[in-house]
Amino acid sequence: MPPDFIAAWLNRNEIFTAMTIMEYWDGMVTTVQLVFLCLIIGLAFAVPLAILRTVKNPFVSGPVWLYTYIFRGTPLLIQLYIIYYGVAQIPGIQETFWWEIFREPFYPALLAFTLNTCAYTTEIIRGAIISTPHGEIEAAKAYGMNWFMRMRRIVLPSAARRAVQAYSNEVIFMLHSSAIASVVTIVDLTGAARNIYSRFYAPFDAFIFVALCYMVLTFILVFVFRKIENHLLRHQRPAGS
Amino acid sequence: MFDLKGYGPELLSGAVVTIELAFLSLALALVLGLIGAAAKLSNSRVAVGVATTYTTLIRGVPDLVMMLLFYYGGQVCVNMLSDYIWDTYEVDFFFQFNPFISGVITIGLIFGAYMTETFRGAFLAVETGQIEAARAYGFSTWHTFRRVMVPQMLRHALPGIGNNWQVLLKTTALVSIIGLTDMVRVAEEAAKAERMPFHFFIPVAFVYLALTAGSELFIKWLDKRANAGVIQES
Repeated sequence: MPPDFIAAWLNRNEIFTAMTIMEYWDGMVTTVQLVFLCLIIGLAFAVPLAILRTVKNPFVSGPVWLYTYIFRGTPLLIQLYIIYYGVAQIPGIQETFWWEIFREPFYPALLAFTLNTCAYTTEIIRGAIISTPHGEIEAAKAYGMNWFMRMRRIVLPSAARRAVQAYSNEVIFMLHSSAIASVVTIVDLTGAARNIYSRFYAPFDAFIFVALCYMVLTFILVFVFRKIENHLLRHQRPAGS
Repeated sequence: MFDLKGYGPELLSGAVVTIELAFLSLALALVLGLIGAAAKLSNSRVAVGVATTYTTLIRGVPDLVMMLLFYYGGQVCVNMLSDYIWDTYEVDFFFQFNPFISGVITIGLIFGAYMTETFRGAFLAVETGQIEAARAYGFSTWHTFRRVMVPQMLRHALPGIGNNWQVLLKTTALVSIIGLTDMVRVAEEAAKAERMPFHFFIPVAFVYLALTAGSELFIKWLDKRANAGVIQES
């Protein structure tokens, strides 16, 4: 494309002005905050839950199974609606300080996303834990490690290596699912695009641009996880490379 | 038991819409997946390039954004087309791009990309000896594909198809956002009007749970059938 064509297009265009770009930027910040926070909190809870899920006693592992089954078996949109519309219905909540927090749509959405990603992550980590080679655990026992040390030094690091691939998919999935936050009036990337669409009635400009933004975020995540994977699996690389 | 405040029939017809949407999208996704996998495994560079671009694009963009793009963008395209037809032929041609069609197209396209990967892996899992044997018997490429590759590939593809189906089923809830009166939409309207969110959303959640649980059992049964005669390791 000749440069003067681009200049002419940029002069004529009313949609990609400084103001709308700032709207997109704010939306991007909200999306990244939302996704980052829910992933961190979800992962923090998923590790202990996954360990509980592998316990033999059904009274311990049963409730965790039920939680992951329900949250993985229903759409995230429904979970979001239940939490977003539901918190206001809890009797007496409007008098407590929780109401200050949950009145903003950001926190109900964060709660819904966290519960959802935590359920999926729990199952991913559980899968990795139960596929730990028997010999590794026997060796750890033979060295006299107690349960806690075995978990910390042997089972969890080795499970992390097996889980990272599936977890990276879950992270990308969560980024894409976070688009539904725009339904409960949060102005995330998709929310910004929807506002700009309705202002200019220009679906292609608004949504294709935001699709490109998500794609860039996705590729950054893919790149980061490839680095992490290389780091975790560096002992499997052929010698000398 | 449940008092659905007179929304019962509407919720039921919403559930039917959800199921129709899911099955039509699945059919589209399976067709696209087969075409995509055939393209990815073909010798033509153009076909490989097109299929790779397709799967990469789809996996980079959220489903909701795609749906909004197809729904609002599709309407703009139809408007432009009808303007053009009116100007040139003076024929009145117009149709409303409805949420159901855009839902089926979007979900079909998205899961077509995932199915492409599933089928590609499954085709690669068919032993080359089988294909060579078919060739030695004088089967044509199409015959080899239909009589040897597809029946043997299905066994490997079934778990992947099952997973994609479970995700697809839950993705159909998004079509309520662009205004399709499916189960979720009815529940949302009822919950707002009656100010009883738990009362309407929890039954809907259980319908989804029942659907996913039921399909899990069905896929297990299919898997058992597809693997009949295969010696299982361990």
